[in-house]
Amino acid sequence: MSNTDIIIHDEKDNVGVVVIEKITPDQDCNCWIMENDKSVSIQSIDEIPLGHKIAMTDLNEGDTILKYGHDIGKVVKNIKKGEHVHVHNVKTKKW
Amino acid sequence: MEIPKSFLGYKRENGRAGTRNHVIILPVDDISNACAEAVANNIKGTIALPHSYGRLQFGADLELHFRTMIGTGKNPNVAAVIVVGIEPKWTKRIVDAIASTGKPVEGFSIEGVGDIDTIAKVSKKAQDFSMWASEKQREECPMSDLWISVKCGESDTTSGLASNPTVGNLMDKLEPFGVHLCFGETSELTGAETVCEKRGKTPEAQAKFKKTWNDYNDFILKEATDDLSESQPTAGNIAGGLTTIEEKAFGNFQKIGGCQFIDVLEPAEEPTKGAGLYFMDTSSAAAECVTLQAAGGFNIHLFPTGQGNIIGNPIEPVIKLTANPLTAKTMSEHIDVDVSKILSREMNLSQAGDELIKSTLRVANGRLTCAEALGHKEFVMTKLYRSA
Repeated sequence: MSNTDIIIHDEKDNVGVVVIEKITPDQDCNCWIMENDKSVSIQSIDEIPLGHKIAMTDLNEGDTILKYGHDIGKVVKNIKKGEHVHVHNVKTKKW
Repeated sequence: MEIPKSFLGYKRENGRAGTRNHVIILPVDDISNACAEAVANNIKGTIALPHSYGRLQFGADLELHFRTMIGTGKNPNVAAVIVVGIEPKWTKRIVDAIASTGKPVEGFSIEGVGDIDTIAKVSKKAQDFSMWASEKQREECPMSDLWISVKCGESDTTSGLASNPTVGNLMDKLEPFGVHLCFGETSELTGAETVCEKRGKTPEAQAKFKKTWNDYNDFILKEATDDLSESQPTAGNIAGGLTTIEEKAFGNFQKIGGCQFIDVLEPAEEPTKGAGLYFMDTSSAAAECVTLQAAGGFNIHLFPTGQGNIIGNPIEPVIKLTANPLTAKTMSEHIDVDVSKILSREMNLSQAGDELIKSTLRVANGRLTCAEALGHKEFVMTKLYRSA
């Protein structure tokens, strides 16, 4: 088993979580999907620290972010596959 | 792993068992703190539980104050109680309710006596209680005497990935032993509220949860001056990678594993429907939540953290676990159980759950938690609204 850089909760999720200290731009990352124990890979665009999310697909403004297989908010600024996903481009649908 | 069938606890008069053997000096109100603290300073083996309220409260807020005071005194981790208030009536109400457990309890009031003579009288009684309690021995108690509460804090994405599911794994494994379990944090289920509602075991439990969450959300919408994104997620959550309340909620929800809740409790309410999982309506502020769960009768607490919340409680031992390898390294004195190897996949969830069960039993048997060793005794009353 190669080192895991990113963990994805659910097969349906469009984001993964960085589980190493950080990933650097243009890094080829190993991703593990917990739900079905499958592995996928992705190339990063941004530097992303431990615990932060990476986009697994291109996402457009208005799209829904899925994590745990559930809706966790909406995209407010277009995001490319491999970019950092956080408060600068995703907002809650609550409140 | 074969799960042990018992732990070593303190058997109480009412059939419950404690993981600790505290003698507490409980002030009814803010102005009795000085007396309670002076007594605890005089008499070794006692602890004072100072807090900020207890005057001119009314209605549901006053009822919650009494429920928290009484529940704290009744908790099986408490061997004996002295209640000190400014006036006798409210003091007696608390003493009488705690006395229903059969444990030693006495009340004192300060009005007409003054601090100094009250401190002398209370100290004498406190000495009796402390020396009496010091002879109590731990005895073998069934696992079903464990009442485990859970609450996470300073969460980050590692909480949802690993430390909260570790707690969920423990719940799945211990529920069949007849353990009482409790989760809370009404606000931090926002986004996962419909998924959580479906975990109610009965239509009644589901409806009660729905009403509790809706009432809370209506209150937020009425009081909020902004979208609450300054508070939920917190700055610490955001630094740890959590983006929205929904993401935080689904992470939070991992703590109950596959369990279903059998009832919804008011804040500080004692469960009465037997063993199993309960949801308690609480704030998500750590010390407020754990204080309410301890008042509900829970005798050991599991607290997963991401970025490193350091909370403890004076009567209910708080076991901290983290899956964040940086937190485990930089704040090691606060972390009882390190499950960060889940992220590097050197440990699976079931192994982590087993480690947590072992640590929980060691603490139940008497091992100090990090928070206890470091002197964390946060006792924080929940206040529903302003006083009269």
